[in-house]
Amino acid sequence: MAEERRITLINYGKIDPESISDYISAGGYKAAEKALSCKPFDIIEEMSKSSLRGRGGAGFSTGLKKKFTSEACTLCEQKYLVCNADEGEPGTFKDRIIMENDPHRLIEGMIIAAYAIGASKAYIYIRGEYYKSIKRLGKAIHDARQEGFLGSNIFGSSFSTDIEIRLGAGSYLCGEELTMLESLEGKRGYPRIKPPFPAGKGLHGFPTLINNVETLATVPVVIEKGADWYTGMGTEDSPGTKIFTISGDIKKPGFYELELGLTLRELIYDFAGGMKEGVDLKAVLIGGAAGTFVDETVLDTPMGFDTLKEKGAVLGSGAVMVLGHNKSIPGMTQSILEFFEHESCGKCVPCRVGMTQLVRLISSVNENGTGHKNILDEMLTEAEFMAKTSLCPLGQSPVLPLKSLKRYFAGHF
Amino acid sequence: MEKVKLYIDGKEIITSRGSTVLEAALSNGIYIPNLCHHPDLKPSGNCRMCIVEIEGRKGQVISCMTEVEEGMVVRTESQEISLVRQTTLELLHANHTQDCTNCHSNNTCKLQEVTAFVGVDEERLSRLRRSRPEIPVDDSNPFFTLDHNKCIMCGICIRTCDEVQGVNALDYGFRGFSTLVSTYNNQPIKESVCESCGECVVRCPVGALYVKESKVPTHEVKTVCAYCGVGCNIYLGIRGNKIVSARGDRESIVNKGRLCVKGRYGYSFVDHPDRLRTPLKKTNGSFEEISWDEAFDIISEKFLKSKNKFAALTSAKVTNEDNYVIQKFTRAVMGTNNIDHCARLCHAPTVSGLVQSFGSGAMTNSIDEFTGAKTIFSIGSNTTAAHPIIGLHIKEAKRRGAKIIVANPKEIDLCRFADIYMQHYPGTDVVLLMGMINVILEEGLQDSEFIKTRCEGYDELLSSIAGFDIDSVSEITGVPANTIRDAARLYAVNKPASLVYAMGITQHSHGTDNVLAVSNLALVTGNIGRESSGVNPLRGQNNVQGACDMGGLPNVYPGYQPVESKQAAAKFEKAWSARLSRENGLTHTEYFTEIEKGNIKALYQVGENPVLSEADANHVKKALDKLDFFVVQDIFLTQTAKYADIVLPACSFAEKDGTFTNTERRVQRVRKAVDPPGEAKDDWWITCEIAKRMGAAGFDYENVTDIVEEINSLTPSYAGITFDRIREEGIQWPCTVSDHKGTKFLHAEKFARSSGKGRLFPLLYKASVELPDEEYPLLLTTDRSLYHYHTSTMTGRVSGLKDIEETELLRINPADAQKMGLKKGDKVSVKSRRGIIKVMADIDHSCPEGVASLTFHFPDAPTNELTICALDPVSKIPETKVCAVRIETCNSE
Repeated sequence: MAEERRITLINYGKIDPESISDYISAGGYKAAEKALSCKPFDIIEEMSKSSLRGRGGAGFSTGLKKKFTSEACTLCEQKYLVCNADEGEPGTFKDRIIMENDPHRLIEGMIIAAYAIGASKAYIYIRGEYYKSIKRLGKAIHDARQEGFLGSNIFGSSFSTDIEIRLGAGSYLCGEELTMLESLEGKRGYPRIKPPFPAGKGLHGFPTLINNVETLATVPVVIEKGADWYTGMGTEDSPGTKIFTISGDIKKPGFYELELGLTLRELIYDFAGGMKEGVDLKAVLIGGAAGTFVDETVLDTPMGFDTLKEKGAVLGSGAVMVLGHNKSIPGMTQSILEFFEHESCGKCVPCRVGMTQLVRLISSVNENGTGHKNILDEMLTEAEFMAKTSLCPLGQSPVLPLKSLKRYFAGHF
Repeated sequence: MEKVKLYIDGKEIITSRGSTVLEAALSNGIYIPNLCHHPDLKPSGNCRMCIVEIEGRKGQVISCMTEVEEGMVVRTESQEISLVRQTTLELLHANHTQDCTNCHSNNTCKLQEVTAFVGVDEERLSRLRRSRPEIPVDDSNPFFTLDHNKCIMCGICIRTCDEVQGVNALDYGFRGFSTLVSTYNNQPIKESVCESCGECVVRCPVGALYVKESKVPTHEVKTVCAYCGVGCNIYLGIRGNKIVSARGDRESIVNKGRLCVKGRYGYSFVDHPDRLRTPLKKTNGSFEEISWDEAFDIISEKFLKSKNKFAALTSAKVTNEDNYVIQKFTRAVMGTNNIDHCARLCHAPTVSGLVQSFGSGAMTNSIDEFTGAKTIFSIGSNTTAAHPIIGLHIKEAKRRGAKIIVANPKEIDLCRFADIYMQHYPGTDVVLLMGMINVILEEGLQDSEFIKTRCEGYDELLSSIAGFDIDSVSEITGVPANTIRDAARLYAVNKPASLVYAMGITQHSHGTDNVLAVSNLALVTGNIGRESSGVNPLRGQNNVQGACDMGGLPNVYPGYQPVESKQAAAKFEKAWSARLSRENGLTHTEYFTEIEKGNIKALYQVGENPVLSEADANHVKKALDKLDFFVVQDIFLTQTAKYADIVLPACSFAEKDGTFTNTERRVQRVRKAVDPPGEAKDDWWITCEIAKRMGAAGFDYENVTDIVEEINSLTPSYAGITFDRIREEGIQWPCTVSDHKGTKFLHAEKFARSSGKGRLFPLLYKASVELPDEEYPLLLTTDRSLYHYHTSTMTGRVSGLKDIEETELLRINPADAQKMGLKKGDKVSVKSRRGIIKVMADIDHSCPEGVASLTFHFPDAPTNELTICALDPVSKIPETKVCAVRIETCNSE
């Protein structure tokens, strides 16, 4: 049986999250000190070599993102680093675990990332409901500043940066990176159109690197132990570990940091204690609302960004929801689509109106019972159209679960 | 600009780099359906209608947000594109009111246009269609209605309010399917900060925002707005003999299509039932209608008898040609230079001051140049209220990165855009400006080369500057020393800098000194005589510049040729075949004193309303009662006309041909759009008839063109501005010959003074004449509202404007209100040593503690019965910006 491999959560439960000296005693801020003695270019190289992929859901190469931001311009007045802590994907709570239990790890990762791209200012955009995280991060930033890890001339180098916390106000969409930038600029949370990409023109029009909490919190250990050590874990296309948050009809819901490449079966049965008594597994929703449904035929597929793709599934944020035989697939679908309808910002036509059409269609199934052969196809056509023409990823999201439903659960409609 | 070649639907297109694929297509005759695109606004990309395919790019991209690239190959139509567009369009229709025939925008609707192009599948649409609860229509605004049920959420109105107007009255409210175009807190539009400019209504592509009383005009007439001195070019829409619409001329360099609330919706006064239709004669205290013949007989007889005791008031609202004829009549027929007009009450110090320092008393730059300035310093001008379209130019400059400095005793709307705001105490402008000069000299930020080569009087200036040390300046003005320093540095260094001022500078007993302080600051920093850099007095009335230019002043003939100059007098005596007085006439403000003394017996007044507009108005009323003979020529029976013996009905701006000269010296054509009511006549015609009845020659003009030709021949600065040349676009004087382009900005090579140099003046601080004391503890200053104009003769007859702002409000600081126990809406009496008026109190922070303000728009609260007629010794302007008052609650009422 596989074991948990805590590298991002290495300090979990071992230190007092509110004590910077605990963190330092556990080897904290050594990676930042090491990084600041290297050239920024070398850090980007090391990150690229590690093949660390963004842990927010999209899985973009962290090294490449840094590289683009770093190269956006060498003489820019200003560059920014933004940590996306607006953890809103249903079923996902990995970032909260990191921020509540080891806030300094995030800060250390941010110092390294800011140095790598040359950002003199960093923001953490965090869910307003994450009271404990906000409090602990606030204290951690204050303490780090006192210790000289933030502010001017960090570790005696010529590099200066500081971190500011900004609170989200309950919009799922503000977790989308460009919408987050609008919100950070004090505007209504409406998405921007790409291009330009934030690496070139981001916050206030300046190059901006936006990374997820888990990604940034993994940076220190990659710098400390090296890319080779890191790629020794996980699989070739998805190296390293990932924090999975598992919920639903299982015995031991919670979070597990595991090497990528393990199977769903291992996650559910070895770590999460298996299905609840008397409940059979019907479906697993991986990746949250903007994720995919799979059935038991996928249980033995190694979980990685690309292997899951082959099965029409996504890894996403690492949220795993297990649905027992007593759960209704159309019911779950409606719940997801209503979530999207509620969170649609209303800016572009396809998403604003399309979401209500999807909800109308799925409602008809749930009100009138199953047997409408064409409804799933109709929804899928609508969702595919929305994916083609919506302005931001939100309008492009419903197609993911709907496609997977078509593949695995067409008989349920 | 760099050019890019691309191919759209196989057609080779060459366009500027930086433009979008949509722009390139549309400007080359290739239609791409679009709903949220507007050429004045930044692209927003939310309607998803303008998708195209570009070789080498995945899927479909929206053309409104894709910049052209060299060699790009674009396809605007394909099966896939059509399908996606159609699906999007069906979604839009699914919740849209389907009653086109009853919609205001039927046949002009962009949704209809796009639907005709893209097509919808009716069967699919009927499945998608779902009723949603009708959202209540917002018809709170008197001019337009917002019907959410027809809104397609393109956001054009919201972006217009932000990007064009800078008002931000509208934004998206709620989210997702419930998203609405909303005001702050979703209150009715009328309760919001909306300024009713109607720019959003003009741009709404569907029927969601529509004008309430919209009738389709049968034709349009291009003319100039009759309100403020900006001189916006408009098209009046005519149906029958009625103005039914007004729209801005997008080709006009002055307003680029934009209009304010008055300019767009403020013309219903033209056919108001109150218009004067026949001449009136007062018998036993009441007016009776008489014929023109009878009126002319009476007037000519009376005028002939009062030749040496006569004065005339011409008008800043009538055309140049009217003004020319009226002053010619006064000088050539009545033999006196007693001709003046309301410029005396607004920019007399500008003329007397700037003529001394620069040689010419007008805006040195063009309105269009504001957007090129790096610093704009607005002092004593409530720009967005009194000159709204110039306000827009300043806001646009700000968006382009200009820094804005505002100095004003009141925290005006423009302060929202200010990088530096100085709230100086009323009447301390000389101190503030000289203090800034002192900082500039101390820090060596002056333009020494400019001072050396282009100025004189520098040593004299230096001799007086020592008195303006920063600590005293800060104490007198109430502005923190560092703020003054920052403002001085910014204005001196961040060039080109343009200075804007208005009544806050001029309406003081030391108004001329204020103007000289302004010109000192500009000269010392070299911020004059260049593009986007100069001194810009904003003229108030639509043709106040022209009335001055035409010699509607007691000391100059047309073109500012002095009446005391032998040469000039000889020229006009020859041209007019008359013996002319060589003595300067009396000024407007002096008239009333002279009437009381019996030195003026007959007054001929065209389009003025001194009973409301003159300082210490009670004094004016007493004087008018003393006149032997008083003729008023106007479009309404104004408060002043009631004192007249004979009232003559004149044409409004919409009923006459001629020219107005706007604040930037641009002479523009005014065109007759409708027939005048009853027997109302052109002002010039009326004056000519009086002259002819008095036996005078030289008044046989057939039409306006004859008068323009005479003006051309006698006024060097207007010599090249022939009627024909300004058919499309106006020309800015000086324009001395018929192939001269006109003058965009003044004093480029040398100043208009005889030495060719700009003159610096030493100045002293002179306190305002009447400051608060124990008996009258508050300082009263006067201001303007966006919604009304002067004594509201016109705006008071536009029901929508009255609806928005019905009556006078006393603005007072909460601290003062608290001391007096005043609440918002309390009725108070405002008392000065000269009069008392009753108004409602409005408590806000716009006035600092110790200062209160009133407009002078409302006849039922005649503010000028309070103000003081303390005159500036040079320009004779009264100090309407500062007097002392006492405020008491009217408990019983």
